[in-house]
Amino acid sequence: MTSNEANAAARAHEREAEWSGLMRRANAGDAAAYERLLKALAIGLRAAARRGFNRAGKSDADAEDVVQETLLAIHLKRHTWDASAPLGPWVRAIARNKLVDALRRRGRRIEIPIDDFADLLPNTAEQPSGIVADVARNLGVLPERQRNVVQAIAVEGISISQTAVRLSVSEGAVRVALHRGLAALAVKLKDSR
Amino acid sequence: MKTEELIRAVAADDKRALPLARFLYVALAAALVLAAILFAIALGPRPDIAAVALDPRFLFKFAVTLLLATTALALALRLARPGAETGYAWLVLAAAPALLAFGVLVELATMPAATWGTRLIGTNWFYCLTYVPLLSLPLLAAALIGLRHGAPTRPALAGAVAGLLAGGLGAALYAAHCTDDSPLFVATWYTLAIGGVTILGSLIGRRVLRW
Repeated sequence: MTSNEANAAARAHEREAEWSGLMRRANAGDAAAYERLLKALAIGLRAAARRGFNRAGKSDADAEDVVQETLLAIHLKRHTWDASAPLGPWVRAIARNKLVDALRRRGRRIEIPIDDFADLLPNTAEQPSGIVADVARNLGVLPERQRNVVQAIAVEGISISQTAVRLSVSEGAVRVALHRGLAALAVKLKDSR
Repeated sequence: MKTEELIRAVAADDKRALPLARFLYVALAAALVLAAILFAIALGPRPDIAAVALDPRFLFKFAVTLLLATTALALALRLARPGAETGYAWLVLAAAPALLAFGVLVELATMPAATWGTRLIGTNWFYCLTYVPLLSLPLLAAALIGLRHGAPTRPALAGAVAGLLAGGLGAALYAAHCTDDSPLFVATWYTLAIGGVTILGSLIGRRVLRW
């Protein structure tokens, strides 16, 4: 192993430890740690999704859909992560599953080498490009309450309590609508096309 | 919606899901009550159950079926966690068949060959093939619901393991009714019945365990 490779391995190890720590804090209710983790994961997921689309001979224009679908799955299935295990293998398994499904829906039966996810390192060439993915279209199919809540919190960036005041409902109702809205979005993305 | 925006909404959602194992246990416990009621209505314990309660052959039926159920449960919990190592975990599934094979060998070694045929056919094989799957159905539903709460990356396999779990529990219930205690009977008819539940679990799992 060259010293460069050794350094890369050490960095990867450090990063995974940091991710696991952020997820533990998130599970303890630290929303800021959670947001930081998801942003860090999105960069690696994006690179892996584009790689997967390119390898399958598909345009990577839809790669962002897969990123969003994977992030939603990570969120909705986060209780399946064993907090005593590293986060990396869990994230990679979810990402791989979502990418394989997405390619299958686009008419390709393909086996993705697991190596595609070995490295979820941020790559400077693949920063977020402001792609507006499918979720916008799918928001339209949500029931009104859920759509309004997701719209307010996601797009306008206002808090749960501000959303509650604006819509004249309780904070509990906003929380429920937000959760159900995200779960419904995940189903929509899964069944789309 | 941009990914950044989606992340904002996701981070704001603080609704917690029940831990995977607890969810599965609760679902199975509820289904077990239902299956026990079904058992009490349709079958009931065999009339001589007090007399045979300590009979090794009678107890052996519970040892095999409950061992199958617990090993399948352990494997199911792994299969429902993305990225969990399942390589060696599959080996635990060999425990119940190995115990059964041992029981069969002991039976063959200790019983005259002339009785093997009647021991294997028994008197209740049709009941066994009917009621083991029937008692297993609520348990299979519970196991699949429990796995849906998780995130199995191999739906058909996870569904099959749910079938083994449900079939093992259903067969343990049925064993309290059945008067055929020979390991030869168990190895033949219980295996067929549980195998049917396993195939059913796999077929349903392939459809309902995607996420």
